[in-house]
Amino acid sequence: MPAPLPLHLAVALEGAGWHPSAWRDPRARADELLTPAYWTDLVREAETGTLDFVTIEDSLGIQTTSPDGPDERLDQVRGRLDAVLVAARVAPLTRGVGVVPVATVTHTEPFHVSKAIATLDYVSGGRAGWQVRVSPRQWEAELFGRRTVPAIQGTDLDAPEAAAVLEDLFDEAADHVEVVRRLWDSWEDDAEIRDVATGRFVDRDKLHYIDFEGRWFSVRGPSIVPRPPQGQPLVTALAHRSVAYRLAAKAVDVVFVTAHDAEDAGRIVAEVRREQAAAGREDELLHVFGDLVVFLADDEHSAAERKAHLDALSDADFTSDAPVFVGTPAALADRLEDLRWAGLTGFRLRPGTLPHDLEAITRGLVPELRRRGIFRESYDASTLRGRLGLERPANRYAATTGGAR
Amino acid sequence: MSQPSQKSQTSKPRKQIHLAAHFPGVNNTTVWSDPRSGSHIEFDSFLRFAQTAERAKFDFLFLAEGLRLREQGGQIYDLDVVGRPDTFTILAALAAVTERLGLAGTINSTFNEPYEVARQFASLDHLSGGRAAWNVVTSWDAFTGENFRRGGYLAQEDRYERAKLFMRTAWELFDSWRGDEIVADKENGVFLADPGAGTFERHDAQFDIRGRFDVPRSPQGRPVIFQAGDSDEGREFAAATADAIFSRHATLEAGQAFYTDVKGRLTKYGRTPEQLLILPAATFVLADTDGEAREYAHVVRRQQVSGQTAIRFLEQLWNRDLSEYDPDGPLPDVDPVVGENTIARGRASVRMYRDPLQTAREWRELAEAKKLSIRELMIEVTGRQSFVGSPTTVADEIDDLVQRDASDGFILVPHITPDGLDDFADKVVPILQERGVFRTDYAGTTLRDHLGLAPLEVPLPARRR
Ligand SMILES: Cc1cc2nc3c(=O)[nH]c(=O)nc-3n(C[C@H](O)[C@H](O)[C@H](O)COP(=O)(O)O)c2cc1C
Repeated sequence: MPAPLPLHLAVALEGAGWHPSAWRDPRARADELLTPAYWTDLVREAETGTLDFVTIEDSLGIQTTSPDGPDERLDQVRGRLDAVLVAARVAPLTRGVGVVPVATVTHTEPFHVSKAIATLDYVSGGRAGWQVRVSPRQWEAELFGRRTVPAIQGTDLDAPEAAAVLEDLFDEAADHVEVVRRLWDSWEDDAEIRDVATGRFVDRDKLHYIDFEGRWFSVRGPSIVPRPPQGQPLVTALAHRSVAYRLAAKAVDVVFVTAHDAEDAGRIVAEVRREQAAAGREDELLHVFGDLVVFLADDEHSAAERKAHLDALSDADFTSDAPVFVGTPAALADRLEDLRWAGLTGFRLRPGTLPHDLEAITRGLVPELRRRGIFRESYDASTLRGRLGLERPANRYAATTGGAR
Repeated sequence: MSQPSQKSQTSKPRKQIHLAAHFPGVNNTTVWSDPRSGSHIEFDSFLRFAQTAERAKFDFLFLAEGLRLREQGGQIYDLDVVGRPDTFTILAALAAVTERLGLAGTINSTFNEPYEVARQFASLDHLSGGRAAWNVVTSWDAFTGENFRRGGYLAQEDRYERAKLFMRTAWELFDSWRGDEIVADKENGVFLADPGAGTFERHDAQFDIRGRFDVPRSPQGRPVIFQAGDSDEGREFAAATADAIFSRHATLEAGQAFYTDVKGRLTKYGRTPEQLLILPAATFVLADTDGEAREYAHVVRRQQVSGQTAIRFLEQLWNRDLSEYDPDGPLPDVDPVVGENTIARGRASVRMYRDPLQTAREWRELAEAKKLSIRELMIEVTGRQSFVGSPTTVADEIDDLVQRDASDGFILVPHITPDGLDDFADKVVPILQERGVFRTDYAGTTLRDHLGLAPLEVPLPARRR
């Protein structure tokens, strides 16, 4: 197996951290979670570690521990801000780090998502991305009241009925992403001509109707926002199962997977690559990032204690969809190196508490990875795509110019 | 009907003027061919514009919206600036580079859903420390609807019905948190004081929704509300619900008539005249002397209305192809095509021509009387209120219009972006400040403070059924 490329590293920001009791950590800024200063400080911290990007977690509905709807708990963080707006608020105050908010596709308009992320790319100077999220929850559908989502009872998502529901939702998501991407291309890069002689501000032959017609919706275009600096901002998604790997292989640039060990990682990467080939994208770079929740400290014992203390506060052993890592930054570096050989191209770390575990990443893990020569010393490319080795894509409509519209 | 213009003491206390800046974008105000004209999409343009407005202590920055590129005669309209950023995203970014300036965004109530819009505005209000405003517009056309997955458009007569229910729903969402629910008590492990914070339910002719809103109460409680429609229903909607109107009526007579009409509608809703500000859009041309400014204004108008633009404007009323006509020649002798306007699409202004035949008659008479070519006529009839003159003259005129109740202030639209506001900030604002009719510094931190609007009352605790 060839030696892996230099490592890519992102962090996932969520409230006070990913542990439900993270807000009770002595350093947690629990009463500032809705302030711009809080988010600015976190993203700047990520930037001091020259991390590739941050994702900003979101969902349409309020945080809950129940799949059936909001719970009535008082002991966890409830309430949050729209992630795209948070990303836009921090973008002008940072220079290097990518900003990748979650936006849900199931109830939102692709036209709105497309112009929001394109604008985020403008305000960040080419550092924008988007984490696609599907909502399979009826109680979230009720916030919009325009459709119902068939209930997926129990936990067996592989049962035929549940699988069919998920498949539909992910197919719809694929259409959504396709519309967003077409809208990003609906202006050619040089469409604005400001031709004083003919009085034309744009060359309308370089603006394109996308004319998308699908099972769920049709969208005409073009966008109201000119093509963003990256051409196509980074599209990412979290995926746990085949139906989601398929969407990822078809539609995204970075997929976050939750492999529990190297063997698991190898299996998942192989599946993603197969789907990628099936989607006709084998020549394109598709990043597969491993997701890990991390609880870090200078020594093994303190890290375990930190987590045990938080667990005691919430009266439950913390579990997650992603593997949980507890230990020192150096041990985490070993783990990441190990997983890399299974074909993962990078990692997204979910700090158990903020800002503690984020600082342990930027000030502990990052120097360690640099010592090992597998992580950058500074930002080398100015755009997020550039940093991830992704080219600025050609415009899919540009080739059609020259003849009649 | 109102007092004569006076610069000296009058018995009535002098009104404080409200000033705002409109980043113009998609319309023919912007002279994009001028070498000083910058990008209309790069963030740096917005940043410079906003920072000038804030340096001048303006109340707010204003953005319009259009959700489909405009077309005429079946082709994308290419003579004006085309393209603009997403409203929420750009305003959130501007919140990072300004401290006090209000941030007003136009968001349509037809092509959106209340849960999502309420979430975005509440977030913007948090992220700006209480500076968000929402200009509720009601464009409903199927043409714009083609960009939306649900093809979501309305019958014209339903536009304010949906807007009203949309607003009421958004209200209910904003009010679903009182502002004291988050206690974040680490010791005792209590983050939230109320297990049902954010609970809402709404069933009406437009919306059938329920759940828990996830953005806690924002600094202003809800964004400041602007309205921009001009019909009787639009004015009624504004009187009932808005904090300010973005109007087209900026001249003395039209302004006073509009002002009296709209403020007169307030008592019916138990409101007082200070609770609804009238802020017309206006452009300006400044020079050292009035004469120079007039000359320059003439040049600007000719840049704004080229021969091609004049023909396109005329087509919008005539509702037919007039490309064979000479802009420097007389008006066409054919009549407008009456019926649904199909030649121009995606333009709110076209709907102003409620009786095209009558308007065409008036334009013919005007052209005849003044011996105007098509282009000259268009320059005359499409002009918005413009303040033209030396800084003193312009300050006088603005002050006069406000003191005589033609408006409560103005939303200024420079013809050069982004730096066209600088002269106004540096030369006119100090004169208004010297006269004591415009603030020398922000007195408060929120947009409601700047507009002199009382803080909202916190909703009653017994909000849940
Ligand atoms: C001064 C003014 C500005 C407007 N700005 C916008 C705008 O930015 N975006 C939009 O979609 N509609 C805009 N509109 C259109 C209105 O929202 C509304 O659709 C239209 O005026 C028809 O309503 P009415 O019959 O009450 O005038 C504007 C209207 C006026 C009068």
